[in-house]
Amino acid sequence: MIGLSHYLTVAAILFTLGVLGIFINRKNVIVILMSIELILLAVNINFVAFSTHLNDITGQVFALFVLTVAAAEAAIGLAILVVFFRNRGSIAVEDISMMKG
Amino acid sequence: MPTVQTVQTVLPSLTPLLPELILGVGVMVLILYGAFRGERSVETINVGALALLLVALFVVMSQAPGTKVTTLSGSFIQDGFSKVMKALVLLGSAATILLSRDYFQREKIDRFEFPILIVLCTIGMLVMVSANDLIALYLGLELQSLAAYVIAAFHRDDLKSTEAGLKYFVLGALSSGMLLYGASLVYGFTGTVSFPGIVSALHEDAGFGIVLGIVFVAAGVSFKLAAVPFHMWTPDVYEGSPTPVTAFFASAPKMAAMAMTVRVFIGAFPDVTAIWQQIIVFIAIASMTLGSFAAIGQRSLKRLMAYSSIGNVGYALIGLAAGTEEGIRGVVVYMIIYLAMTLGAFAIILSLRRRNEMFETIEDLSGLSRTHPWIAFCLAMMMFSLAGIPPLAGFFGKFYVFAAAIQANLVALAVVGVVTSVVGAYYYIRVVKIMYFDEAKAPYEAMAPGLRIVLALSSVVVILFWLLPAPLVGAAGAAAKSLF
Repeated sequence: MIGLSHYLTVAAILFTLGVLGIFINRKNVIVILMSIELILLAVNINFVAFSTHLNDITGQVFALFVLTVAAAEAAIGLAILVVFFRNRGSIAVEDISMMKG
Repeated sequence: MPTVQTVQTVLPSLTPLLPELILGVGVMVLILYGAFRGERSVETINVGALALLLVALFVVMSQAPGTKVTTLSGSFIQDGFSKVMKALVLLGSAATILLSRDYFQREKIDRFEFPILIVLCTIGMLVMVSANDLIALYLGLELQSLAAYVIAAFHRDDLKSTEAGLKYFVLGALSSGMLLYGASLVYGFTGTVSFPGIVSALHEDAGFGIVLGIVFVAAGVSFKLAAVPFHMWTPDVYEGSPTPVTAFFASAPKMAAMAMTVRVFIGAFPDVTAIWQQIIVFIAIASMTLGSFAAIGQRSLKRLMAYSSIGNVGYALIGLAAGTEEGIRGVVVYMIIYLAMTLGAFAIILSLRRRNEMFETIEDLSGLSRTHPWIAFCLAMMMFSLAGIPPLAGFFGKFYVFAAAIQANLVALAVVGVVTSVVGAYYYIRVVKIMYFDEAKAPYEAMAPGLRIVLALSSVVVILFWLLPAPLVGAAGAAAKSLF
């Protein structure tokens, strides 16, 4: 029987993968965008699982809002990436290094 | 008539949303105007955006004292706290538009999208301030952040600016993700997203899920505040963004992020103080320490202001750590004074220009007292105030939060605060020394009118606060009272 805890575990694993993908990734920024998407989807699994478990619709409404915002976020992220690429000629993570902080 | 009655029961009251609605409808008109008129519309749209922000400010200020209304099924709240914080946000945004005009014209990136993005960002911030459930909080936060990512990269042919935008985007998106993960856990373990609902669902002995949720929410929130350990984006984004954008990031969004933090911790988790107090104490100590030590070696004024803002967030968080009404009053007073100091300092940084070159390092200030005595005097007052020297405003800001911390038995926290402000005084006063005792350089161009207005207003607040503190402290007191 698949219960709430299974869904939460899957979501936690996906969330961790997303965060690790941002920090460990040394290749390019597109992978970072994918990792961000992974984090948001992990959150959505959480919301929908809790929503079903609690028999309460709010979680699913929240999940829909998250999906909408994620789409807008991806659009803006890609737009900034394109502008950056035009200036730098590369989207490798190690090339985002004009300023060191 | 029965039909009319049904409609009335279905439609929520929209009057508490009036400032947001004015800005929202107004900004759409401005977008259309800009789209049809093209680049010729820049002047009009700047004036229009400024007018919109001032009208919204007027509406916010005309709210009757003691109001506490919720609307949209309780997800949006209008109270004394939202009144003061919204006024600060709107002032910060309006000042940004005044500061930006001259700079963008000279850099030849004078596009009509900038004031529009500032207004959109402001709508997001107003929603953050007034959010009374997790969904409204998230939507306000994202509207603010998405507009902020774009304006960080606003100088789109400049490598530094686009890099700042990209860094801000990646880390900002990560922080939103963490905040959301925390929100999902809080929802799952309390069964509701509304702050009053969470309050009644939580008890002293909250389970592990709630603790984890609060930790993730705190992490997401401190990203937005630029508090240590989630501050690493701040110096780079502040340095890379065009200077008026840096001034904006250091002012209005800080107000909104602080309001959001207070709203979440005091509004949704007041009964589980034990869980979050230690997190806030840690963040405050780490921010104050890093803010004062890391700024010492900086040469760039923008990076200096970045570390200064990290430190200042730490001081303001002392008041939140106290968790009392006095503490929140201290936070609000601190944010009012911080807004004035930051805007004043940036007005001066933006005026360091000769022909088409901007000067942004500390050495460029040398001998400013001989070439521009008034500007040097104002900057010296800002720096003394940031260092917390009486009778300037910054001293009172620190005084209220430290006093609240001592009343709440957080003596160690207050001591760390005093020690780090002494360390911080070193680099603030070094700026004064360079201006007054070093070799004079060639004079800079005269200040643009927008910069003059912002500098004059913020200098008045910073220098003359001690003469008449009652209105500002009283407003902060009313704001804090509405939360308890």
